[in-house]
Amino acid sequence: MKKSYKIEVDCANCANKMEIAANKIEGVKNASVNFMALKMNVEFEDGADVKSVMKEVLSACRKIEPDCEIMF
Amino acid sequence: MSRKQKKVLVRIIVSAVTLVICALISHFIEMPLAAELFIYLVPYLIIGYDILIKAGKGILNRQVFDENFLMAIATVGAVALGDYREGAAVMLFYQIGELFQSCAVGKSRRNISALMDIRPDYANIEREGEIVQVDPDEVEVGSEIIVKAGEKIPIDGIIVDGRTTLNTSALTGESVPRDAEKGSAVQSGCINMTGLIRVKTTKEFGESTASKILELVENSSLKKAKSENFISKFARYYTPAVCLGALALAVLVPLVRMIIGTSPEWGIWVMRALTFLVISCPCALVISIPLGFFAGIGGASSQGILIKGSNYIETMANTKYVVFDKTGTMTEGVFDVVGIHHNIMEREKLLEYAALAEIGSNHPIAECIRAACESEIDKTRVSSVEEIAGCGIIAVIDGRKVAVGNEKLMGKLNIAHKPCHGVGTLVHIAVDGEYQGHILIADVVKPTAKEAITMLKKAGVARTVMLTGDSQKAAKPVAEEIGVDEVHCSLLPADKVEKVEEIISKKKTKEKLAFVGDGINDAPVLSRADIGIAMGALGSDAAIEAADVVLMDDNPLKIVKAIKISRKCMRIVYQNIIFAIGIKLICLALGAVGIANMWFAIFADVGVMIIAVLNSIRTLRIK
Repeated sequence: MKKSYKIEVDCANCANKMEIAANKIEGVKNASVNFMALKMNVEFEDGADVKSVMKEVLSACRKIEPDCEIMF
Repeated sequence: MSRKQKKVLVRIIVSAVTLVICALISHFIEMPLAAELFIYLVPYLIIGYDILIKAGKGILNRQVFDENFLMAIATVGAVALGDYREGAAVMLFYQIGELFQSCAVGKSRRNISALMDIRPDYANIEREGEIVQVDPDEVEVGSEIIVKAGEKIPIDGIIVDGRTTLNTSALTGESVPRDAEKGSAVQSGCINMTGLIRVKTTKEFGESTASKILELVENSSLKKAKSENFISKFARYYTPAVCLGALALAVLVPLVRMIIGTSPEWGIWVMRALTFLVISCPCALVISIPLGFFAGIGGASSQGILIKGSNYIETMANTKYVVFDKTGTMTEGVFDVVGIHHNIMEREKLLEYAALAEIGSNHPIAECIRAACESEIDKTRVSSVEEIAGCGIIAVIDGRKVAVGNEKLMGKLNIAHKPCHGVGTLVHIAVDGEYQGHILIADVVKPTAKEAITMLKKAGVARTVMLTGDSQKAAKPVAEEIGVDEVHCSLLPADKVEKVEEIISKKKTKEKLAFVGDGINDAPVLSRADIGIAMGALGSDAAIEAADVVLMDDNPLKIVKAIKISRKCMRIVYQNIIFAIGIKLICLALGAVGIANMWFAIFADVGVMIIAVLNSIRTLRIK
């Protein structure tokens, strides 16, 4: 399953790091961040609980960039 | 400016004013160092508190060496070395730079998004006799919406009432108006220019053309170009490498100086190492590439060219072979009567007989004959129709026996018929067993097809190849007319794949092959080619789905434009990469030898990034 989320982040490198962090979360098959469109596309593993996975993704991203936001 | 940016701006102004006041106070009043430190802490903390907090959080989360951490260390270092003013000023300058960057990125983001401004904000529906605006997401399939003159059509549908002229330029990039009336299918994103129309929706908002296109463009980041991956990888090695470099500057150099007997000058070298770290911030580097691609994709979409990913821009820029389908791509794909020859009776009369005979047929050729016939087609004149499969029709019209069909039919009826020098499909007509002449029907070459081929050549495409299912007789003259290098005829869809594979196997891997088709029955070829371009896709979901690059209208010149945009985009991306890395390396070197100070470092970072932004925006302007 694929989903697209709106994000808020200030710098391009932070967006890059968010992408790397999101890809490390269990349940995420592939994540991709588009800094210019301020979007994060996440492809989930089969059977993953989207809500809890996204919570983890957000907390992982917050560790890198305390200011960032993912709307889900 | 967003609220966040405004807040930073206020802090910058307040902090700048207090910094000036502090400088004046310390200049005129002699005071102990502790007091001086204390007053300079005011502007420093006003401007830098968030950076310090983020840096602290970063350390807790083991995210050392991010920007905030570097700025905190650098300015705290300056303060520790007794240079209070420098510490506060550097922090101030850094925030100004950041604000500048975020404004520049925001601006370019808005510029590019404005090009893709096809998202309708509302839909009008009628409730108890009143027209109300609702969120298009809430409109169910099959409801009736009202679109007034000047409004965007929010959802795909069919007009049930009213007639109007549509401006499709937001979707196709062409501002040729399109007439629409009751029964016409309309796509969301078009602007209703003249009259009020009522539209019965055939899709949900999310499935409508405008939403689909936006989704496609916004998701194009999923497919990253090689150069984008390169820069991410580069950033991954770059940061630790720079950190090691800084460590060497701070520790190794003074140690070496101690060993060779000169003064180690710890303060100077630690400061240089800090400057080095500030310079190293890879943001300008990282943003320059996606920004270039984003601008390229945005600029292309404003011209009615949808590119589904940055990687396709990269591939398309290297296109050396363009292979295309004939019907619908280089020709209009609709049949037209191009000539009536050897007629004994009047042309109009002949056409009328043919139209009457073909009255019940929905074959494209029958339709085109009916369309060409100017007089009213009166059904009652036809008393019997006999269809002879694969040959034609024998009908009784006005009591006369009319045979309309191909050579086989004439042969069957033993009627002598005349061949034609023209190219196309021949329809022979005989009345009461006597030959009356034939109608020549052909597919018309698009007016811009020849120019497109010439322009492709000029743009450096090595070979143009036309593949078609038509016979050699029909295809050759078209190929000659438009000037393609190679033509292969009588191909079944599977043969086309084979041909494309054959060309791919012969060319060098760096040279890319693009296949252009209408996307309806050539999906396998579109996916087999290095890059699949579908044209005339407005209103055809299948085409949008199948291709890598989608041309919303059916003008072959758009192929050239797509290639040109992608080349320009790649040039700009490479310029940005070289420029950003080059300036960074020069600044790092200058920082290491002590020529560049902290101010310079920040300036370099912001400057590189602003120039990269401006350079990327150039992609939007292409003729």
